[in-house]
This record gives sequence, C-alpha cells and structure tokens, in this order.
Amino acid sequence: MTYGDKTAVDGLSLSVAEGSITAVLGPNGAGKTTTLETCEGYRRPQQGTVRVLGLDPIADRKQLLPRIGVMLQGQGAWSGVRAMEMLKHIARLHAHPLDVDYLAERLGLGECGRTPYRRLSGGQQQRLGLAMALVGRPELVFVDEPTAGMDPQGRRTTWELLRELRTDGVTVVLTTHYLEEAEELADQVHIIDRGRMIASGSPLELTRGGATATVRLVVTKPFPPGARESLRQALGEDTEVTLLDERSMRVTGKADPTTLAKVSRWCEENEVLPESLTLGRRSLEDVFLDLTGELHLTDGVEHV
Amino acid sequence: MSEAGVFTPMPGGAPITRQVVAQALMEAKLMLRNGEQLLLAVVIPVMVLIGGVTAGNAIDLDLGTDRALVDILTPGVLALAIMSTSFTSLAIATGFERRYGVIKRLGASPLPRTGLLAGKVLALGCVQLVQLFIIGGVGQILGWTPAAGFGTVLAFFLAIAMGTLAFASLGLFVAGVLRAEATLAAANLIYLLLLAGGAVVLPLTAYGAYGGVAHWLPSGALGEAVRIAFLDGVPAWRDLGVLLIWAVLGSTLTARTFKWE
Repeated sequence: MTYGDKTAVDGLSLSVAEGSITAVLGPNGAGKTTTLETCEGYRRPQQGTVRVLGLDPIADRKQLLPRIGVMLQGQGAWSGVRAMEMLKHIARLHAHPLDVDYLAERLGLGECGRTPYRRLSGGQQQRLGLAMALVGRPELVFVDEPTAGMDPQGRRTTWELLRELRTDGVTVVLTTHYLEEAEELADQVHIIDRGRMIASGSPLELTRGGATATVRLVVTKPFPPGARESLRQALGEDTEVTLLDERSMRVTGKADPTTLAKVSRWCEENEVLPESLTLGRRSLEDVFLDLTGELHLTDGVEHV
Repeated sequence: MSEAGVFTPMPGGAPITRQVVAQALMEAKLMLRNGEQLLLAVVIPVMVLIGGVTAGNAIDLDLGTDRALVDILTPGVLALAIMSTSFTSLAIATGFERRYGVIKRLGASPLPRTGLLAGKVLALGCVQLVQLFIIGGVGQILGWTPAAGFGTVLAFFLAIAMGTLAFASLGLFVAGVLRAEATLAAANLIYLLLLAGGAVVLPLTAYGAYGGVAHWLPSGALGEAVRIAFLDGVPAWRDLGVLLIWAVLGSTLTARTFKWE
C-alpha cells in the first residue's frame, strides 16, 4: 500500500489462527492501521491478496461485514448522540446483538450512558468504540489500539474482556504500540516497522530468542576504556555485549549457569564495583528495540 | 470448540428494512434534537409564515393574484421547509458525519451504502412530516384553505418527492466536495439566497421579469409545484420536470465526486 510516494505497507504476509488473539505491534506510522483497514475492506490492496474468513474484503464485503466487528481508532459517532443511543443503534443493525445494558456495564459505560458523544472522555470513547465492535456478536474483531488513552483500570478491564472473547471462540486481531499489551494478551505477535514484518511468533518465542538470557550490569563508576571488548572476550563468542550508557551494559547470549559468575569475575579483575547485576529473560521491549534499531541502521534489508 | 459464552459468535445483519428504519429514525431524531437544525426546519419557516401573512395583510400586499395571501404563502413556506431539510440540513449533517467518521463506522456495520442512503431519504421524509403538521397547522390558524381532494394530495406528494430528490442530490454534492465547515457555510448561504431570491416563498409574479429566471431554479420550481398543488389541486408537470432535471444534474455530480469517507 502506498500513499503518494510513501509506502505504508510493503510485502507484509501474515495469517491469523481462529480463536486466538493476534497482536500487530509497531511504532507510530509502522503501517498497523493500514494493514487493519485493508482487512476491513476500507482499502484496496495495490498488490497481493487479503482473505478474511475466506472472503475478499472488497468483492465479498456484503457477506463479510456482518461477521466482523471493527473498532476504529477514535471517533465514529455523531457528536450529539448519547453513548447508549449509539450502542443501541449499532445493535439494531445486527440480527442477534448482545444485551446492550450488559455490555455497557462490562465496559463501565453505565454512568455515561446519557452523555453526548462529544462530552465523553477519550477513554470512554474508546470503550464505546469497543462495545460497538462487539455488540453484533462477530466471529472476528479488529481492534485498532484498543487501550490508547485509557487509564490503567480501563486497560485491565479491556484486557479481561479480550481474553474472555478468545475463551468464547472469537478471533481477535489488535494493533498496539504498547509492548506490555502484546506480551500480556497475544498468542501471536507480529512486529512491523515501516510497513514490513520484522518478527513473528508467540511472546515466549520472541523473548526467548532460543535460550537467550540477558544480564544487565550497572556499575558505580564509568567503565574503563575497552571494557565492552574485554567482557566479550571473557564470555566467549556466543554473547553480545551492548554498552547502554557509561555505567551500564547489557549482555545477551546463551543462558548458562556460568554466565553470571563470569561477569562477576570480570568485574573483580577489572576493579569495577557492580551496583546491580541482574539476570532475566529478554522483554518484548528488548526484542523490539533490537529489531527496529537494527532495521533503521541497515535500511532496505528485508527481515523475516 | 469452546463452550457457549456471552460472546460466542452469532453474527448476522438485521433484515434490511429494519436496518433502514433504524437508521432513518436515528437520523431524524438527531436532526430534530439539534437546535440549529430545528431552527432551520421549523422556527424560521413558521416565523416567515406568520410574519409574511400579518405584515402582508397590514400593508395590503399585492402579489398580482386574486388569491388570499395566506393561501399563497403557506404552500410557499412548506416548499421552503422541504428545501431547508432536503438541502441545508442534509448537507450539513452529512458533512459532519464524514468529518466525525460516522459514515466510516457505519461502513463497517451490516448497513449497506444503499441502506444508508435510503435511511437518509426516509429520515428527511419523517422530518418533513413534522414540518407539514406544524406549518400546516399554523397556516390553518391563519385561515389557510387549500384545494380539497385527491388531486391536491397527489400533486403535493409529487412535489415533495421531486423537490426532495433534487435538493438532496445537490446537498450531498456540496457535502461531498467541501470540508464540513465550508459545507455549513455554503449550505446556509445558498439557503438564504434562495429564500430571498429563489421564488420559493413568494410566487414568480412577485419577481417581475426576473421571475422567468427564477422559474428555472430548483427553488422556484418547487415553490410553484407546491403552490399549484394547493391552489389548483393539480400536479405542475412543467415544474416537476425542472426538478427532475436538477435531480439528474445533482445525482450525476454527486456520483462523480462524492466520497463516503
């Protein structure tokens, strides 16, 4: 997909398993919304094929629309319409809608049911948008940044609801730029950047990176010159050492009981005093920064 | 398969007629609840009617006919009301629906585009019905005596249908090519210009030579069609034809330029 001379989504290939939660993760402008809108039939792909529930989102739009639920990124209601009025209206367009009062209660919309849309807070508008996506009892929901602008409690409520959807057999595709959200919710995570897929897998697969451990070392005084190279030598070929700032380093490599001991011995030999030395699984954030950082340096190289 | 839960999928669109009726009632409700829209739809026409009849009678206004002033002005004001709803209100509402992503949101619902369009037309019909009762009622109080019989009803229905078609297609054209704020300004300005010089409230005879030009405007044609319906009880075929031409023109322009989002 291109807009003018800007390519928003390019050579993206992904599939979604039924009854799962799939997260499309990426920074702003990565092409998340464009990808979703192509699946929803708003945009015609210039190349390639999109099939949603086995249907072409453009050619078979009429058959597809009743089966999917869509939560747009913001707006999507008359400015003067009351929250519950809007939800009831969308419900009336469907054959077997959910009970709107139940749905409103679940999403904490009870107290703002009579409030005109324009006076709802950002979080309330988001929750109403989610309610509108769910009210028709779809097989598949596309939710675009469902928790953007929500307070932590609203975020928890939304996560619970999305998990319950999966339990009840609804397929969920969500976009997010919150790594935590993808890690918490998704069965599959697709990381995209600049319209290209740069990594795919379950959060565990992505963060494990094949028995990779991360050691974070923070010291009291700045490292001596050549510290990065000497630590790498001490640990062996399979590890990667990144200088994060002048007093902290990150060691990524094969998980090994001796790794921590080796780092500790290196500190002793180099007369640096560790302030903290922690061993942990890579977070999705580490993966994301590695991948997007790397991609920007080697521009034009296709991953996957 | 998972066990049946609250969210267990059971998708499907409601029957299309139910969807269209829901859409129409929603739009009509929003239109009648909006202060500015209500002003345009009811308050201004009623003021024009009362003001025109009382002031006209006081100064013994001569419109070049031997009919009672109220019998000429009431149909004219009804035509004005039809115009304001089908053109100005529709254009403004649609402009802001595009802006606020309402049309985009509905585009992801089971309601098809044709259903949305049908809902809009039906909503206009609902609002016009309300206008007819209020303006007609005020006219009656002022002594309006329309031509009786089935011919009047048929002729008035044809005038409303053709007038709505012509003005709605032009309204959608404006809403489709301009931004929401520009639509608001343009739709109101055109309304005022047609109110003053469009031969909608006052008959063509009141405009002298310019009446010949105004007769080709959609406002003049609609005004004449409604006046002839209520004064003579017959369809004004010539004016209905002019409205048809405008409807074809408006629809063609709209079909070429309108973008739903």
